[in-house]
Amino acid sequence: MTFTGWLTIVAFVVILTALAMPLGSYMAAVYGGEHTVMDRIVGVPERFLYRVMRVDPGHEQDWKAYAKSMIVFSLAGWLVLYLILRTQGLWSFTGLNPQGFHSAPWNVTFNTTSSFLTNTNWQYYGGETTLSYFSQMAGLTVQNFLSAGVGIVVAVALIRGIISRSGKSLGNFWHDIVRTVLYVLMPLSIVVALVLVSQGVLQTFGAYWTAHGVTGLTQSIARAPVASQEAIKLLGTNGGGIFNVNSAHPFENPTGFSNFVEMLAVLVIPAALVFMYGKLVGNRRQGYAIFSTMMIMFLGAVIVAYIAEAHGSPAQHAAGLHTSVIAGSTGGNLEGKEQRFGIAGSALFDVITTVTSCGAVNSAIESFTGIGGAVPFANLSASEVIFGGVGTGLYSILLYVLLAVFIGGLMVGRTPEYLGKKIEAREIKLVALGILITPLAALFSTALATASSAGRASISAAATGPQGFAETFYAYLSQANNNGSAFAGYGGFVQPAAGNLGSHGITFADLLGGFTMLFARYAPILFALAVAGSLAGKRIGPAGLGTMRTDNGTFVVLLIGVIILVGALTFFPALLLGPIVQGLTGHLY
Amino acid sequence: MALRKDIITSILGILVFTLVCGILYPLVITGVSQVAFPGNANGQQVHVGGRLVGSELIGQSFADPVVKHGKVVLDKNGNPVTVPDPRYFQTRPSATVPSDNAAATTFSNLGPNSVATLQALQANIAAYIQLNRRYYPGHLTAATVPVDAADTSASGIDPDISVANAHIQAYRIAAIRHLPLPEVNRLIATYTGGRGLGFSGEPTVNVLELNLALNRVSGR
Repeated sequence: MTFTGWLTIVAFVVILTALAMPLGSYMAAVYGGEHTVMDRIVGVPERFLYRVMRVDPGHEQDWKAYAKSMIVFSLAGWLVLYLILRTQGLWSFTGLNPQGFHSAPWNVTFNTTSSFLTNTNWQYYGGETTLSYFSQMAGLTVQNFLSAGVGIVVAVALIRGIISRSGKSLGNFWHDIVRTVLYVLMPLSIVVALVLVSQGVLQTFGAYWTAHGVTGLTQSIARAPVASQEAIKLLGTNGGGIFNVNSAHPFENPTGFSNFVEMLAVLVIPAALVFMYGKLVGNRRQGYAIFSTMMIMFLGAVIVAYIAEAHGSPAQHAAGLHTSVIAGSTGGNLEGKEQRFGIAGSALFDVITTVTSCGAVNSAIESFTGIGGAVPFANLSASEVIFGGVGTGLYSILLYVLLAVFIGGLMVGRTPEYLGKKIEAREIKLVALGILITPLAALFSTALATASSAGRASISAAATGPQGFAETFYAYLSQANNNGSAFAGYGGFVQPAAGNLGSHGITFADLLGGFTMLFARYAPILFALAVAGSLAGKRIGPAGLGTMRTDNGTFVVLLIGVIILVGALTFFPALLLGPIVQGLTGHLY
Repeated sequence: MALRKDIITSILGILVFTLVCGILYPLVITGVSQVAFPGNANGQQVHVGGRLVGSELIGQSFADPVVKHGKVVLDKNGNPVTVPDPRYFQTRPSATVPSDNAAATTFSNLGPNSVATLQALQANIAAYIQLNRRYYPGHLTAATVPVDAADTSASGIDPDISVANAHIQAYRIAAIRHLPLPEVNRLIATYTGGRGLGFSGEPTVNVLELNLALNRVSGR
């Protein structure tokens, strides 16, 4: 561990908070129907989009109508993306398939399509050997925007349900999704993309190069329009790399500075949404309480991961390597990490990407130490509520808030209420289902994949002993949480050569993963919207003497306790079998 | 009825968002980048004598093909078998096939407690010691090898090595190229990049730039 390493972490937290607060206020204006600085710039395109889509943005929708629009829109997006990816060769006339790639097989494409629709961006394929520039842009980049947008609008709808004083309306889905893309995601993406290009990230439609290296060896160098997709991949907590090694690739993440910018880009919207929440409910302290909850758990994860990675791995120690810091060397577990990021820049990125549903990586998570690798496991086990994905994190933690209010109410023996609204049996049933769906999907799929030989076929040859189980468990935990990061040895696609000729998918892993992602994305969304609909109709009562406060330190502690309790009770036995056993022993398998 | 309306709006919506987010947005970013940062946007090509030798950002293999009976020896994948060229600074171990393959990047995915990891580390350490032992003034052991020289990089095409790694290799380079050691160390300092913002990340020695500078100073 080094001073600059700790300084990176502190600076990150300070700058993140400083950026997220004003962005939160701005977003509150965007969704609260107030005037914003962007009205002049995007007002015209906004109205144009409503006209093209034949939408009346003022038309109010109850939760069922809102949910129906969201589901139909997602289904249409799924079909179009699947078609684009399966007809990859046909789009060569655009000039955006310079390597002449064919389509990937149906099973891998099913997985990929489901993955990008659900904001997961789990990738069984390597970008530079599988997809054309056209597929990346017109296919994946579009869903990077839209899947992020869907997450955010669901959170906004839930907030409207919580604060609504009368009626059943949650707003209008089409209005919200258009404003999310035009007012929030697009402007931020343009800024981040250009900052990244200034650091050396690529943005070209040119073909791959063949270089004649210094010693005479030839080197083929893949290129792509990277920056435009990189920006939204991070800002939308999507995480699907244009190259196989994602943000570890020097063309995606060329410098220590770009690494810092990318980390900020992942967390800025999830953090801003929490401040937006405080503003929209008319009590900023409610937002601060949730922000504190998230930040405490986040810092805990970062500190553990950094210390564990700086300590080095049992394999390194067995090989006689010296893993402490020496002059001119970072020391620590640098296996699967880039020199320019070092240990702190890799550990921090790793925590950021797994607390959110991002899943972009700048280092190989599978090569993290047992305890360092247990941190992403723990983050995923907390169901992506430590900031979480854009929107998904906020609506998920609000379900936990309601659960904590209910448990708190039981302890003090009063009817639980939140922001003046009584929380009754119907809401708690919906909340419990919404919270339990994701862990159930993760554990069920892991069990299925571990118990069947078809599932075990995906485990990499080098992953012996607990590592094989860890790979499998992480794969389905990540897909169920719509995260997309991986113990990347776990395979679902066999590709003998670039361009997909002769390639085949592993149907079991592709389909199980695809269905896990779809189910664990849309079921909790429906429960969250149902909770919103149920709350929207309720009268707001005045706070009394006995009302439990939800904006102070006591509540923060209660909320952390509830999150850890639910996560630990569900996942602890499975975690013991994989990463924890590796963290507790120096034994090699 | 409302369902039909949702379907029509959805299809129109996907089409218009594809146009805006999937076509217009990447085109605009490409246009601006190609004008404002043409070198970066295209990948920081490095030319020597009019020939493209690589990209400043992409690590490459500084190795020579093994030649037997006038023929380049190929491995089972049809790639040339190579040995490190001792006249050049060597990049970090790479998990791609062949080494430093910038068209099919991959992680090693070696676990922290795996025997396979131990074996890979031992092989990397042995190769590093064998390459540098004769020139290094002290006793070069596993404990002296910097971690970046033993651990596989993430991308497989890490363009950089640590300063400690460069200083150990400097003894070999100076001896083989008949250069004074301070001269080599001065070149290392020239091609060492600092941390982002002064704290983010680690100092890096860009291997391609350094090796090209060596060729300029002492010929090939």
